[in-house]
Amino acid sequence: MMLDLNSFGKFETAWCPGCGDFGILEALKDALVKLNLEPHKIVLVSGIGQAAKLPHYLYANVFNGLHGRAIPAATGIKMANNKLAVLVTSGDGDIYGEGGNHLIHAIRRNINITVIVHNNQVYALTKGQASPTSDLGYVTKVQPQGVIDEPIHPLTMSIALGAGFVARGFAGDKEHLSLMIQEGVKHRGLAVIDVLQWCVTFNKKNNFAWYKKRIYKLGPEYDSSDKTKALEKSLEWGDRIPLGIIYKNGRPSFEEAYGLPKDKALVNEEIEPGKVSLALKEFL
Amino acid sequence: MDITLKIAGEAGQGLQTMGQLLAKAFSRGGWHVFANQVLQSRIRGGHNWFQIRIADSPVLAHSDATDILIALDDESVYHTRELNESSIIIFDSSLITYNPERGLILDIPFEKTAKENGGNKLMGNAVALGAVLGILEYDINILFGLLRESFQDKNPEVVQANIQTAQAGYNLARLKIESKKFPRLNKTNGVPKMLMNGSETIALGALAAGCKFISAYPMSPSTGIMTYLASKAKEFNLIVEQAEDEIASINLALGASYAGVRAMTATSGGGFALMVEGLSLSGMTETPIVIVDAQRPGPATGLPTRTAQEDLEYVIYAGGGESPRAVVAPLTIEDAFYLTAKAFNLADKYQIPVIILSDQLLADSYVTVDSFDVESLKIERHILSDEELKNIKNYKRYQITDSGISPRALPGNPYGLVVADSDEHDEEGHITEDVDWTRPEMVKKRNRKTAGLLKEMSGPIRYGPPEAKNILVGWGSSYGALKEAVDILNSEKEKVSLAHFNQVWPLPKEYFDFLDTAEFVCVAENNFRGQFAHLIAGETGKVIQNRINKFNGLPFSAVEIVREYKKLKNSL
Repeated sequence: MMLDLNSFGKFETAWCPGCGDFGILEALKDALVKLNLEPHKIVLVSGIGQAAKLPHYLYANVFNGLHGRAIPAATGIKMANNKLAVLVTSGDGDIYGEGGNHLIHAIRRNINITVIVHNNQVYALTKGQASPTSDLGYVTKVQPQGVIDEPIHPLTMSIALGAGFVARGFAGDKEHLSLMIQEGVKHRGLAVIDVLQWCVTFNKKNNFAWYKKRIYKLGPEYDSSDKTKALEKSLEWGDRIPLGIIYKNGRPSFEEAYGLPKDKALVNEEIEPGKVSLALKEFL
Repeated sequence: MDITLKIAGEAGQGLQTMGQLLAKAFSRGGWHVFANQVLQSRIRGGHNWFQIRIADSPVLAHSDATDILIALDDESVYHTRELNESSIIIFDSSLITYNPERGLILDIPFEKTAKENGGNKLMGNAVALGAVLGILEYDINILFGLLRESFQDKNPEVVQANIQTAQAGYNLARLKIESKKFPRLNKTNGVPKMLMNGSETIALGALAAGCKFISAYPMSPSTGIMTYLASKAKEFNLIVEQAEDEIASINLALGASYAGVRAMTATSGGGFALMVEGLSLSGMTETPIVIVDAQRPGPATGLPTRTAQEDLEYVIYAGGGESPRAVVAPLTIEDAFYLTAKAFNLADKYQIPVIILSDQLLADSYVTVDSFDVESLKIERHILSDEELKNIKNYKRYQITDSGISPRALPGNPYGLVVADSDEHDEEGHITEDVDWTRPEMVKKRNRKTAGLLKEMSGPIRYGPPEAKNILVGWGSSYGALKEAVDILNSEKEKVSLAHFNQVWPLPKEYFDFLDTAEFVCVAENNFRGQFAHLIAGETGKVIQNRINKFNGLPFSAVEIVREYKKLKNSL
């Protein structure tokens, strides 16, 4: 079946007009078309937040679970059926805050899923509190003196943990973001894609123009296999912010390391309760 | 014939290995065995014990009396109160000081004997094991076989040295014991029996039910389930994932279940707390899951390696919002096998969480089992096939139905997308805030499942004279002690019967009809508040005042129940 953008439908959303989420949704659809992934072969997994509503706005299988718990649910889905393309799409509060522990261990586990983080540096659905990636000094109603906690550097953290694929995209550059998502899905193992996104309602500081002025794309001369350089590059944040595949390696995925059969999903494996009788003999 | 052996000593002295070898030596000889361990939460030191009750008919609980005590540390003096005049105490006077007031002393130099017979000082335990068998004139070849099996990975000399030292212990005991009063077990009691603990039978029940996935975080006393399943993962094509925490455990399992495999997780009270949001996610997304709560005394960390029945009301009511669930509480280690298989069928049929309330007593005790009727178990998935899906136009995962059960498809099928949401959702599964129709209809749909579920549950197991007007009520793993207490009381001309529940939620009212004709009712539970008595009152309006509650972390014994029962009865 030939896919096009219409294959994924058009839905009414609960997003603010002008939200960066629209760009991410369009880039995702474009990537899925180019990857030729039919809706029924995809599972979109999310947590809670405005970003986490994305799976409701295109045709696909959906598991919209709990706040912060998208990654473990996605991991379980992929373990049970490795034939499905499993993508997580959730916000910075969800993945880096509430679910931070899961991201850490998912990177260690390295299951073949793609984690797309809508990173707008703010908790928007709860009306504008600081997120783990909010800049120092960022003022909110809950942080009236400004943020004093050092922001998480999600890419640096991912690289340090040995992630196999670490990239950054921008919600305002659909073509590039689509490419990042395509590469992330093709990567065998966990892919972390941090997507810079403005918030029209609550983040007056890191707005579209703020990002537009700072972002630049990594060129072909950049070597994404050099871990030390990648760590350095991932910390570049200020006047210039790099976009692209920051780091990539070929470490074995969970599926490979665990020895899961490539051609057969766990859900299709035979169930052999009769074998229990043999196991029982060991108790004699 | 009914005797109890007890090995007492510090953690790290090999109590568990010795206990398991001894218990298995008797189960292989066809004897009925019940063995349980009382342990401190530490790796070395402290004072622990492993007690083995051996009988010629089934035994399901420990006894308060000790007939043979192997004392490995000074603190073993604690057990003097369990001894009688004919009890035998085996110890090495060069290692510990022990002057028991009662019983016969058998002073055996464990380490010295081991060294003199080609072993090293670590093999003193084999000397002790041999001595126990010597006292009972038991067939030591059974022990030799077990030693060969358990040390098969080591070199043959180690095996041989263990065998020689055990034989030396056996001979020494034969020389030194003159008492003819002690029962001799020099004959077998029929064909070998299986010896298994409750963690193993739950794991086996899961395998028999076709479980393909367990994710869990290690927590005593639940860890044995994951450990056993890990040993069978390759053979049964099973994924065993040690998660980063209990929150991940349950969400991993829910993901796997959504994708179509039977999935479970296991924990204890503290870990269950972390799973609670996931439990309500199961309720909201109607994703089947089996959760084992192997109870230990709380609150908070409590007593990690002891037993309790304190989580009953907690697991029934935990979770935000309202959605149905089922809770089962195995009576015995054997029952845990069948109830686990049932839990998976209930979870799939009603698309709900099913909780298995185990506890440390059930998880860590060993009992002999003749056989399991694996053939009788049916796996009922209630998942739409591609054929069925093909004929459904506009598949809706959360279609409103009379039973409350919606047709379940799996993601990946080419005929209908499967959309699940923890938000309130419409019939297709998409997020909605329609409070006029969708929300109330969805609440009713989910909760309608209880009506069907109530019909699936089984009433109490009744034991003892049916005409008895005195009734003892219990639930879960205390069955063995309560059943034996009923036997003792009836033998003393007190007509008592037992009503014991292994399916504790939801509870149909009619299960309690027996209360109407009873004259004296007493509820025995391993908790302080009398949680099952509360449930009975809540569901039936019948308040039972007579309670036996034990909450020090140790299981009931039959003698203890009898004593407390009499106290209550006499105070009337």
